[in-house]
Amino acid sequence: MSLATDNKLIKWIDYRLPIFSMAQHSLIDYPTPKNLNYWWNFGSLAGICLVIQIVTGIVLAMHYTPHVDLAFNSVEHIMRDVNYGWLIRYVHANGASMFFVVVYIHIFRGLYFGSYQAPREILWFLGVVILLLMIATAFMGYVLPWGQMSFWGATVITNLFSAFPLVGEPIVTWLWGGFAVDNALLNRFFSLHYLLPFVLVGVVMLHLVALHQHGSNNPLGIDRQGPQDSIPFHPYYTVKDMVGLAVFLLVFALFVFYAPNLLGHADNYIPANPLVTPAHIVPEWYFLPFYAILRAVPDKLGGVLLMFAAIGILLLLPWLDTSKVRSARFRPVYKWFFWVLVADCVILLVAGGKPPEGFWLIMSRVATAYYFIHFIVLLPFIGWFETPLPQPTSITQAVLKPAQEKA
Amino acid sequence: MATGSSTKGGADNVVRRDFLTIAAGALSAVGAAAAVWPFIAQMNPSADVLALSSTEIDISKIQPGQNVTVLWRGKPVFIRHRTPDEIAKAQADDGAALPDPQKDSARVKKPEWLITLGVCTHLGCIPLAFQGDFGGFFCPCHGSHYDTSGRIRRGPAPTNLPVPQYAFLSDTQVRIG
Repeated sequence: MSLATDNKLIKWIDYRLPIFSMAQHSLIDYPTPKNLNYWWNFGSLAGICLVIQIVTGIVLAMHYTPHVDLAFNSVEHIMRDVNYGWLIRYVHANGASMFFVVVYIHIFRGLYFGSYQAPREILWFLGVVILLLMIATAFMGYVLPWGQMSFWGATVITNLFSAFPLVGEPIVTWLWGGFAVDNALLNRFFSLHYLLPFVLVGVVMLHLVALHQHGSNNPLGIDRQGPQDSIPFHPYYTVKDMVGLAVFLLVFALFVFYAPNLLGHADNYIPANPLVTPAHIVPEWYFLPFYAILRAVPDKLGGVLLMFAAIGILLLLPWLDTSKVRSARFRPVYKWFFWVLVADCVILLVAGGKPPEGFWLIMSRVATAYYFIHFIVLLPFIGWFETPLPQPTSITQAVLKPAQEKA
Repeated sequence: MATGSSTKGGADNVVRRDFLTIAAGALSAVGAAAAVWPFIAQMNPSADVLALSSTEIDISKIQPGQNVTVLWRGKPVFIRHRTPDEIAKAQADDGAALPDPQKDSARVKKPEWLITLGVCTHLGCIPLAFQGDFGGFFCPCHGSHYDTSGRIRRGPAPTNLPVPQYAFLSDTQVRIG
């Protein structure tokens, strides 16, 4: 497709460095299924979240000091003295939560509409890699303010690696650069917390290359038959994304300006003390389901392995789902089990925030078991036994049908 | 690589060039590994961290029934002056069903002094002394109960509280590390 401009300078540059034709190809002309609904907003929203985190993070790094004696005070300095420091830090801290909300919705969108199925398996893998990088980055970022939750979160999570026989202890000492969580760890976490978002950008680029190879999946889950099933990305989806972005920013602003600490823990405003563990330590809300799985298992190594497996199992998803039909709209049985899985994850999230005893320990065990049963047992069997509903022959047919019925 | 390598080859077609290719490749791999190693090893404890490997403590002020936490290599160490009751309980439980069986006598040098790392063997929180179902230590993070010998009795922790290297320099001085 040729460049839609008469501007001589743009043409001169584009002839030598085709950035304008690339932008036109993948942001403007890019043919997109004409039936995408608002659940398809969350991919671009996630990209915007990443940009917000990088911009605010770079600014925070200009005022932050990664040293055990100075880190906590430098964060307070940002909050009290730096011009708009409070705003930038609250945007960054709440931005992490927003990023996870958006990405979790994005993932469940993929689960509902079968976006991981052929030929989008590698697109899905790259998404799992992005999730892992996000988890690592968010965890290391939470350590930087060097409050009580920072310190003990770092202690508990790095100790996870001690569960592995033989290599466990040397790995933990290596991660710490000492015999306890101390300055060496804070320093390297700062370094890596600055690096990983840019690695994320790289993987996101690959995610987009894989996406643009076969284009977006769509709510019907059927392949496009031809150009009549597509519309150009701009202006149709740029505008739709803007609508979603406006709503998203409203919610974001609500947290930043009216409840900036709602999602945090008061204990993290106490400077780190290596001699006192807070009575009730829990991770940030977006890690609670994984934390529930960790604690559900009465064995240290077992808990750690199962927690990693909870994400690892997503890599097998394209093969565990035996259905020939992508979208849950045409899968009368799977549709219900999808919502049971959502409820299961919510239960894990709640259970992860409760002390691991009594009712909630039992709940987290049941929910953990169900999580794995869903992927390993239910998904393959539903795919084999379910009779899918008839699918429309094309996107255009499905889109125009309601209009014709009305007419 | 393989093209044109048949001129001077033996019956199995291996020529001098193949040897050179493999040898050069292997040497580069060793060189690359050697170059990577400093970047991995730099994360291990540095010399100044290793230098702080022992600590001396005056224990004369610690009363029976008192537990004191000191810092050794950045880690808390419990020094517990056990009461005769606690000692008797610890020794009586030698035969109990222990997840990590160890006799009390193997964990102390003098029965009245229990010296262990104050780090839960589960995920590294600091247990609270005199709490839990066995009167020893209790970790609030994930609910591990230790007895008066610092042995794990119930909960997710896999092993007993480790006993660091230590020596009584005199009746009132102990050196840890």
